[in-house]
Amino acid sequence: MKLTNLTIREANDGLKKKEFSVQELTLAFLENIKTKDKIINAFLAVCEDKARTRAKQIDEIINEKIRKGEEIDVLAGVPCAVKDNILAEGMKCTAASKILENYEAPYDATVVRQLKARDVVILGKTNLDEFGMGSSTENSAFGPTRNPVDPALVPGGSSGGSAAAVAADMSVFALGSDTGGSIRLPASFCGVVGLKPTYGAVSRRGLIAFASSLDTIGPLTKNVDDCEIVFDAIRGRDPLDSTSVESSKLKIENCKLENCKVGIPREYFGKGIDPEIEKVIKSVLQKCQDAGIKLEEISLPRAKYALACYYIIAPSEASANLSRYDGIKYGFSEKSAKDLMEVYSKSRGRGFGPEVRRRIMIGTYALSAGYYDAYYLKAQQVRALIKKDFDDAFKKVDMIFSPVSPFPPFKIGERVEDVLAMYLVDIYTVSVNLAGLPALSLPVGKAGDLPVGLQIIGKHFEEQKIFNFGKFLEKITKNFHE
Amino acid sequence: MLSKEEVKKIAKLARIDLADKEVEKFQKELSEILGYVEQLKEVDISGADLVGCSNQLKNIMREDEADEKPAKQREKLLESMPETPKESLGDPTGQAKDSYLKVKSILDEIN
Repeated sequence: MKLTNLTIREANDGLKKKEFSVQELTLAFLENIKTKDKIINAFLAVCEDKARTRAKQIDEIINEKIRKGEEIDVLAGVPCAVKDNILAEGMKCTAASKILENYEAPYDATVVRQLKARDVVILGKTNLDEFGMGSSTENSAFGPTRNPVDPALVPGGSSGGSAAAVAADMSVFALGSDTGGSIRLPASFCGVVGLKPTYGAVSRRGLIAFASSLDTIGPLTKNVDDCEIVFDAIRGRDPLDSTSVESSKLKIENCKLENCKVGIPREYFGKGIDPEIEKVIKSVLQKCQDAGIKLEEISLPRAKYALACYYIIAPSEASANLSRYDGIKYGFSEKSAKDLMEVYSKSRGRGFGPEVRRRIMIGTYALSAGYYDAYYLKAQQVRALIKKDFDDAFKKVDMIFSPVSPFPPFKIGERVEDVLAMYLVDIYTVSVNLAGLPALSLPVGKAGDLPVGLQIIGKHFEEQKIFNFGKFLEKITKNFHE
Repeated sequence: MLSKEEVKKIAKLARIDLADKEVEKFQKELSEILGYVEQLKEVDISGADLVGCSNQLKNIMREDEADEKPAKQREKLLESMPETPKESLGDPTGQAKDSYLKVKSILDEIN
């Protein structure tokens, strides 16, 4: 049994039976990181000493509990990684940007505090597209992450480091963030499971803000069961995030698959989708039908406007959120600046990468006098209609299935020069963020050698139904982690 | 297509310094993106209910009471500043009671 191949439950089982210790488990991952990460570059920082110390402490806690015959928390001693836009106290938090290259987190994000309370071992911080802006992790100021499936390819983004860490057995699970697809796309490209929770299900406190009405934090894991375990650990209302909502787990009786109908949006299967990907998805749908699941074609008429809508709203909110990086309170500050205006503009000009500057400027323009109504207001109105399309569809069905991406993982460097070509990768994922819905990316097959993810979209706060479906699909596609 | 002047104006509003050779690159890229999002013009927005946009979120209220933050956290936040108040006050003991944040002059010389 390879220690780095274990799921959360398998690790927990092994620790309870004393087949191995937390220290042995942690060391195995630290070793894997040493050998593999030179090429993959999933980690921006590895906290080896802290991890070893913590692992030793947790071994003592676990041994004591075993002695007393007490329950061992399922997450106790499990090594994990955290995307580097989520604050972990005492460690640098860079958002993969030069402007925060030396910024040290003064506190733990709520999700980190929650996981630490469950005695996980944090291995390090993972690479991302700068401030979460990107779909390939090529926009990191510290080099791209490579896809463990094929190092010439992108791992997807912006949580590329987290997805690659899990896929390459450098971590049992990882936390990522999803604003327009940033958990689901890398999960699909790397062949792991990724959940974007309902907006408000998980506290955003301690997440470096990109677009506040779209940002979510979620898990990337080896299988659906692990995903559910981590989600349960991080969900909940947080007084420090006023957009977070207390949500209770749905009763199992309400989630029986026989009673669920799955909607297939006709607009998502038109032209533009890679034929290999379409084949894989259609084969899964057929397997579902054969297993007795009711499928129904639905329409999301305004789906085609989701990308345009997103690329006004997200940059607009980003332009406001990133105004805090002014070279005054924290982060990079241009020493040669002659006056206050130069402190701002030179610190930001030098500290922000090209994609970040592009998006701030689009947002600034869309919100500026004379353009606000035509762009930002219009986009919010279209957003309301996109959400209405989902609400109408969910009156007829319980789940919606779609591909995660119209393209398989592409070569590093292939799309980075063509801004729109890069944006098009998000075409199936952004509408979910606009509507605040939960969605899972589940590996269901391969296009050639490359993993293909199925997107399972659920109603608000019905993650439980999504997990049930995910586990069922894992069985029928025999794609579950072995 | 945005003009160079418009790009420079946006950059100034965004407080982002652009080198001359970058202006042309951003001019092309920003225009491309704006060209793509133009399609929203054709959407009929009658029936769009902006109020229902979030997940039935309601405003949360609390008492307007100051929260006594531990001094340690304030210390940590101050440490993040590029120009720490202790340095700028020339106070080697770091015992300055009120921490000030040093910035460049805001007011011009009086002529």
